Amino acid sequence: MTFRKYLVLAGITVFSTLGDSLLARGMKQIGGASLHHVSALLFAILNPWVGLGIFLLLAFFACYMSALSWADLTYVLPATSLSYVFVALTGRIVLHENISPTRWLGIILITAGVGFVAAGPSFTPAREMKTRPMGASADTFAPEGKP
Amino acid sequence: MNDLNAWVAIVVITLAATTGDVLLAYSMKRVGHVADLWRSHGLLAVLRRILSIPTFFLGVLAMAVAFYSLLFGLSWGNLSLVVPASASLTFVSNAVAARIFLHERVGRRRWIAALLVAAGVALMAI
Repeated sequence: MTFRKYLVLAGITVFSTLGDSLLARGMKQIGGASLHHVSALLFAILNPWVGLGIFLLLAFFACYMSALSWADLTYVLPATSLSYVFVALTGRIVLHENISPTRWLGIILITAGVGFVAAGPSFTPAREMKTRPMGASADTFAPEGKP
Repeated sequence: MNDLNAWVAIVVITLAATTGDVLLAYSMKRVGHVADLWRSHGLLAVLRRILSIPTFFLGVLAMAVAFYSLLFGLSWGNLSLVVPASASLTFVSNAVAARIFLHERVGRRRWIAALLVAAGVALMAI
């Protein structure tokens, strides 16, 4: 279960990064689509990059919904923020963009934040807490979010 | 003046995105463990269950509002302010909203993580 949990979180990260990149690439190919030509936007899906991008974003949404069904929102969001790091590293490796020192610092802070939240419990059933004595420790709850 | 517009957009995007995330998280908690449900009842049952929850559609609607405010925000303000500022603020506002509305236990570990990521995302844009 733990492995599958991280697989879903990795899916959120990778699918959102790839989906956004492909969508951006496809929309640049189509070029300056104005909002006056709504039909042009409808046909944008015929562009293979846009189509694949939308497909990956749907996969992202499915993974995101799945994760929210067993983990806290305050766990899922920071745990998947590595996508910002991936975008920067993709830019460096594929497009040979320069990463400034402040951006490296940003990458370090995000990675530290991800490590911080991922090491903790993913699910804290607070509604059950109310019916329990106040002294009960929250960290002893099932970390996998299994009911 | 342009900066004021940009910040209006940032506030609207942050509020809409937070509302959407909280509503979707609330809906999925009501659905229950998706993988378990899929195995025991099949994918169609999972989809039917998700689509039977009204707050799910409200969440998607709020996400759509956030997305279109981002598009409008980008035409008003500059990209390098609107995108990182709203993304960064959303991590903090989500922690607050999840604590208030979802009764999640946002302990010290979660707060530090949210603030680190928010600061990191803000730095990535500089």
